[in-house]
Amino acid sequence: MAANVTTPGAIEPKMWMGGIEPMKASYGKLMMWFFLISDTFTFSALLVAYGTARFSFPAFAGKAADFSFSNMYWPIPEKVYEAVPFLHGISLPLVFVGIMTFILIASSVTMVLAVEAGHRMDRANVEKYMLWTILGGFTFLGCQAWEWAHFIHGTDAGSVMKVIENGAWAEKTIFGANLTENQYGPPAFADFFFFITGFHGTHVFSGVILNILIFFRSATGFYDKRGSYEMVEKVGLYWHFVDLVWVFVFTFFYLV
Amino acid sequence: MSEVHHVHNQDPNAGAEQRKAIWKTFWILLVLTALEFIIAFTVPPGTLKVSVFIVMTIVKAFYIVGEFMHLKHETKSLIWSILVPIIFVAWLILALMLEGNAIFEAIFD
Repeated sequence: MAANVTTPGAIEPKMWMGGIEPMKASYGKLMMWFFLISDTFTFSALLVAYGTARFSFPAFAGKAADFSFSNMYWPIPEKVYEAVPFLHGISLPLVFVGIMTFILIASSVTMVLAVEAGHRMDRANVEKYMLWTILGGFTFLGCQAWEWAHFIHGTDAGSVMKVIENGAWAEKTIFGANLTENQYGPPAFADFFFFITGFHGTHVFSGVILNILIFFRSATGFYDKRGSYEMVEKVGLYWHFVDLVWVFVFTFFYLV
Repeated sequence: MSEVHHVHNQDPNAGAEQRKAIWKTFWILLVLTALEFIIAFTVPPGTLKVSVFIVMTIVKAFYIVGEFMHLKHETKSLIWSILVPIIFVAWLILALMLEGNAIFEAIFD
């Protein structure tokens, strides 16, 4: 038995001798990357479905100033998302979603700063930046909760839509949106809003939970004892991915 | 354990260059997002506007994945294992948008 044990460094390691990390990344990091690729497929499935539905539906043809909500064409997003908390009745297109984007980018920066502090085994800074990241995550979730609440309850006036009820066309005032009715446009538009931002929000939520776990473990000295802060890096990859998905959702759902 | 801590804390300037790169990336992302807002309200709707938005999104994605997720500094084989599936996904998105357009023409034209 003892004869088989080699002294570290006694033999020069070669490719197929074992003990070499493929792609020079640790097992956990590599698996996180491949998980993220599979998660990309799920999100792209949602975006592909959105693109197909949008291109198979009439777009609003007139000027943006003449726009009014109708289920006969796809709405202009800046006309849908124009509400900001505490500023009731004032039209501020895309301002709130802009603030949300900024919060998520800023929390991504504090996350990468925590990873960088982890490389230096700088526990105090890992804790500080993890707390900022957690705060950013919760703020984003709070913003999203408000946005959903506003989207579901709708505007004061609602919009008059022609819908089929009991087999006949009827005029009906619709307030807000759910999975079958939508005051902002065709019901499919609201469905995609709920599914895409909801799926992303779920990811943010699980990211915040993981971030809290990382904060707890660094604060209790777990990673110091282990001698490595690599877990911060792995969870960091996940958190940046969530930010990345938002960049795409922001463009394809709110801007285009 | 305390020994490990001591060794790593010797140089207060360690990682200063990395932190600089992080903040630089932050400003690039912020400026691009601000530009997207300006374009959203100044450029008339059309193919040009959509193309500009898509290009800016890809640039932002490049900085997030390359710098924040550190992929730019990984081995080539890892970079390609991530990029190749993404290229197929981009094709799928394009193909189904064309398909959606065909559905539109069949129903409404």
